[in-house]
Amino acid sequence: MAENSLIAAAPHQPVSAPHSRASTLSVGAWGLRSAAALYLLLLVGVPILVVIGKGISPGLAVLWDSVSNPVAVSAIWLTVSTALVMTVINTIFGTLTAYVLVRYRFPGRSVFNVIIDLPFAIPTLVTGVMLVLLYGPQSVIGSFVEDATGQRIIFETPGIVLALLFISYPFVIRSIQPVLVGLNVAQEEAAVTLGASSWETFRRVIFPAIRPAVISGALLSFARALGEFGSIIIVAGNIPMRSQTATTYIYTQVEAGDMPAASGISLVLIAIALVATIMVDVLLRKRRSDARD
Amino acid sequence: MREIKPHSLGAFLLLGIVLAYALILIIAPLIAIIQGALAKGLEPILDTLSDPNVRHALEITFYMAAGATLLNTVFGVIIAWVLERQQFHGRRFLNWLVDIPFVFSPVIGGYTLIVLFGREGLIDSPFPIVFALPGILLAKTFVSLPFVPREVAPVLRSLPISSEEAAYTLGANRWTTFRRIVLPGIWVGVVYGVVLTLARALGEFGAVAVVGGGVEGVTETATMFVHRALLDRNREGAYTIALLLGILAILLLLIMTWLQRRMNLYRERTAHVHTTE
Repeated sequence: MAENSLIAAAPHQPVSAPHSRASTLSVGAWGLRSAAALYLLLLVGVPILVVIGKGISPGLAVLWDSVSNPVAVSAIWLTVSTALVMTVINTIFGTLTAYVLVRYRFPGRSVFNVIIDLPFAIPTLVTGVMLVLLYGPQSVIGSFVEDATGQRIIFETPGIVLALLFISYPFVIRSIQPVLVGLNVAQEEAAVTLGASSWETFRRVIFPAIRPAVISGALLSFARALGEFGSIIIVAGNIPMRSQTATTYIYTQVEAGDMPAASGISLVLIAIALVATIMVDVLLRKRRSDARD
Repeated sequence: MREIKPHSLGAFLLLGIVLAYALILIIAPLIAIIQGALAKGLEPILDTLSDPNVRHALEITFYMAAGATLLNTVFGVIIAWVLERQQFHGRRFLNWLVDIPFVFSPVIGGYTLIVLFGREGLIDSPFPIVFALPGILLAKTFVSLPFVPREVAPVLRSLPISSEEAAYTLGANRWTTFRRIVLPGIWVGVVYGVVLTLARALGEFGAVAVVGGGVEGVTETATMFVHRALLDRNREGAYTIALLLGILAILLLLIMTWLQRRMNLYRERTAHVHTTE
């Protein structure tokens, strides 16, 4: 979050607050700041450093070997490709869902609004168990699809995509919803008055306004999906080169005590996730400064 | 955006698609697990719940999640306050760090704990951390860290600083100001963050599985029990505890919804006071 946006959002500039501004910093305020910084650095900063340090320290040649062996490449590819497919589907349905929730009054809307947060609350391991029960080889749906198409859902790629869709369902919706609620009614009404169809109004007026929120929601769900483990370990078969994702690969290597193999692929995953969060930060800051202009 | 009743064919179609998607993606799996757990009647459920190892797993899960929530609540409120009320170099960096556990794979979180405290770890701890309860506590604390600061910060931002200043000017010390002025304003946000933290900490699996080792009756948590029960083909046991965790999550979600209503009411009320001033 940007410093300037924060001041703009606050009813009074924090400059006038008794506990701010470094010049008259009291022992108490300094102590709190140190406590906050220490807690974050120890709990979050250290793990980041460990991943980077362990990934790079044996030398770039070793790092390259550990991420370029075919099993690791296939695991990373499975993770990235399933996360991408999920992100596309989730972004489309997330945008539609947010639009419907804000636009239409319908019976059961408040219940629906609660249900959207379920994937945030339900343990992802439980999500995996639920999906196996619903789509597994012994379920009605799973066996029907397997008989009809020869494709298994669970223990194969479709199961991974389904699990990722479930766990990331709220991200895009919750990112767009507040922007839609705060959208200027006048512009939209002007478009309608000038004869624009609802699709045209959406495409020309509404979508440009929510685009940064759509992109940041999509990026966050993508980054979150790369690291998903609990549901994947249940729904993916964990067969190397076939149904082993990056996180199940790391889990298998750590369990086997092969830390160097885990460190390279961990570095790749964390690097992608960190870049995604930085992009979200930049996007949201840009949106705030646009809104102020 | 303007709110309307759906009237056109297109609107009903859109509504139908969105609701059908949620029904298939979210509701159908929920029904599947209730059915799965109850398929063989109540007896296997009661058997599972009376198993001492299961009891122990549930206790550990609860105590460690409560510990993680306590730590993250105390430090989370401090972090939110420092980020919102203080200006200093590196604040944006700290602010960025807060969100990292959201996207940091829990498995990699567990792996870093093993690198740090494992058998050939970088740090020689006087007491065992890996494959022991402190490791589980650390893992749960790491994954659930962002919630309290992220919920409290916006509430803190919306509080007028003038009342804090007034209390301060009238001679209240910082602690009294916090207790009497700030805390009553932010408590709903704090409780909301606490509920989210607890839900996340209770349900954590990846980090705990790596760092805890899953010794039955010792370091096995509820989610680890579900995983092991599936591998052991103890389906009823796995479904029972999975359903229990799911019900717990739904209960926490309902508490969150109730809190959100309260928060919105509070906001509307304060907004009203401000406009009539």
